[in-house]
Amino acid sequence: MKWNRIQKIALQSIMKNKMRSILTSLGIIIGVCSVIVMVAVGQGSQAQIEKQINSLGTNLLMVFPGISNQGGVNRGAGSRNKMKLSDCEAILEEAVHVKYVSASVRSGGQIIGGTGNWNSSVEGVSEQFLDIKDWDLESGEFFTAKDVKYKKKVAVLGKTVADELFPDMEAVGEKIRINNTPFTVIGVLEEKGQTGMGNDQDDTILAPATTVLTRLKGKDKINMIYVSANSLEEIDAAQSEVEEIMRREHDIDYGDDDDFMIRSQTEITKMASETSETLTLLLAAIAGVSLIVGGIGIMNIMLVSVTERTREIGIRLSIGARSRDVLTQFLAESITLSFIGGIIGILLAVGISLFMNNFTGIYTIINPTIVFLSMAFSAAVGIFFGYYPARKAANLNPIDALRYE
Amino acid sequence: MKPVIEMNKIVKNYVMGDVIVRALRSVDVTINESEFVAIMGASGSGKSTLMNIIGCLDDVTEGNYQLDGSDTNSLNKDQYADIRNQKIGFVFQGFNLLPRTTALENVELPLLYDRKERIKNPRQQAIKALESVGLADRIDHVPNQLSGGQQQRVAIARALVNDPAIILADEPTGNLDSKTSVEVMSVFQELNEQGKTIILVTHEHDLAQYAKRTIVLRDGHVIQDNKVEQQQSAKTVLANWIEE
Ligand SMILES: Nc1ncnc2c1ncn2[C@@H]1O[C@H](COP(=O)(O)OP(=O)(O)OP(=O)(O)O)[C@@H](O)[C@H]1O
Ligand SMILES: [Mg+2]
Repeated sequence: MKWNRIQKIALQSIMKNKMRSILTSLGIIIGVCSVIVMVAVGQGSQAQIEKQINSLGTNLLMVFPGISNQGGVNRGAGSRNKMKLSDCEAILEEAVHVKYVSASVRSGGQIIGGTGNWNSSVEGVSEQFLDIKDWDLESGEFFTAKDVKYKKKVAVLGKTVADELFPDMEAVGEKIRINNTPFTVIGVLEEKGQTGMGNDQDDTILAPATTVLTRLKGKDKINMIYVSANSLEEIDAAQSEVEEIMRREHDIDYGDDDDFMIRSQTEITKMASETSETLTLLLAAIAGVSLIVGGIGIMNIMLVSVTERTREIGIRLSIGARSRDVLTQFLAESITLSFIGGIIGILLAVGISLFMNNFTGIYTIINPTIVFLSMAFSAAVGIFFGYYPARKAANLNPIDALRYE
Repeated sequence: MKPVIEMNKIVKNYVMGDVIVRALRSVDVTINESEFVAIMGASGSGKSTLMNIIGCLDDVTEGNYQLDGSDTNSLNKDQYADIRNQKIGFVFQGFNLLPRTTALENVELPLLYDRKERIKNPRQQAIKALESVGLADRIDHVPNQLSGGQQQRVAIARALVNDPAIILADEPTGNLDSKTSVEVMSVFQELNEQGKTIILVTHEHDLAQYAKRTIVLRDGHVIQDNKVEQQQSAKTVLANWIEE
């Protein structure tokens, strides 16, 4: 029998049984769409985390207070912090593979100024901080080495803080009070938006580390040190240099453990992407479940309609269709429905992921392999459950098929 | 006269668990080309069973059935299908139309399964068949929009459409009023005059008089096989029809 005739019969059958056709396709649409979207969300967040880490700074090393092990009792990171500003100075002076160094001293506080008040975090850093982070100013200027040296009470505001305190006016030149200490605003940072975890990177205030230590914290321990190596290739060399200098500064004897730890950007990237791979895997598992649910939906529809379809097969056989004609028709129907359902599922998934990218904070990346796999799986389920019962019916003799209940 | 159907000691048993239903117990029937046979008998006597076997819809338990000179036992499934498609038009006791499918598409269907594609324009042929059973104005109706009689006529049109040599009708007039029944008989007589072999199951003695021969079954046996003495002409009866 000619293929175009079978196709005509198959299309007729699909159109005659709209509800069944729609439900079958729906199973496939849900299966395909959910898998694609889930994996897209997973991979999107993975990519974004990596991007974020790369935007931490250039050729970055970070020095944190180490884990203290006193008498075998682990007292947690930073439990015996010995890091001071002098460590930064030593590194900047001695390390040949290092270009920029900045301390980081964190403090929070009530900020009063302009039209109101605001709670934000204050980070004390060196004048090289912007170079390390590769950030820019929107207006004004950054503080200088001199400002740092003389503990000037100057501050650079993040965009959010500037907008909150000075909504309708230029912030530069204004006075603010951080926990009652007056500061002069000398610059406003460029807007950077949210991190992948939803933190507002613009809700911050930068001030000289020396000022923050003496005026706001009243002690000399710093939270961490940012070190920027000359180039990507020199990161490892810079790391050993920094370690050596820190050990000397902290009087650590040969054979004793470091009381600090150094993390390079590449390490952090690796750690974070491992976490987000787990996330992607989890989402893929959820997606897999919805694929199976979709598959069961298809299966149910096909099996429920098997009585009706067996009669139909009986009628077709009785007027002279060969078993093969009927099977080809059913196969054509299943393939058509699976294909249409798959395409709609893909289009829907693309639509949803575009929507997410543009209107929500969720970033998605559509993976062609997953598109293919989910489509193949759904089609396999659709075709199997469309074809297998039909095969059984087509092998009956016409009278038995007509009598089937 | 050439025999088209030769049945030799046909037995058909239905096995249902421990019970064996003997629907046909050794039936011998020979039907020649261009005959018009009415099969009669009480309900359950095996009429439909016999028709299904003649129509190659069901197989025999024992015995030998020669259709058009060839032994049906030696045929494979596809050859059976092709015989159903090309040599036989079957009108069922229930209508067996495809649901949600228009009269026209139902009637067209056998032509679509004709692998020789003898009829070039299936749609045209299907319309002609529907016209011949008086349903020209119902071609776009689906079965559940048609009366029982109209559905049966669609089924008849479907049986005719492939121009088969043998037409088998299992109580085709069961759902029709008496005038329409005679009209259907007139269609069958006309086809019979064109040389087709017609085999008809009916309960009504009146309708059997339009055939040329009657076969009576009882409990799976042929108990009577007579020539109709005076075949009635449906055309004449219709011409003189007095509305009740
Ligand atoms: N598929 C089947 N399974 C079991 N028994 C069957 C089957 N089909 C028919 N029979 C039995 O075979 C016998 C003959 O049935 P058949 O349908 O041929 O009768 P019939 O003469 O056509 O009756 P009616 O006039 O009521 O249509 C009956 O006793 C019936 O119960
Ligand atoms: Mg019957």
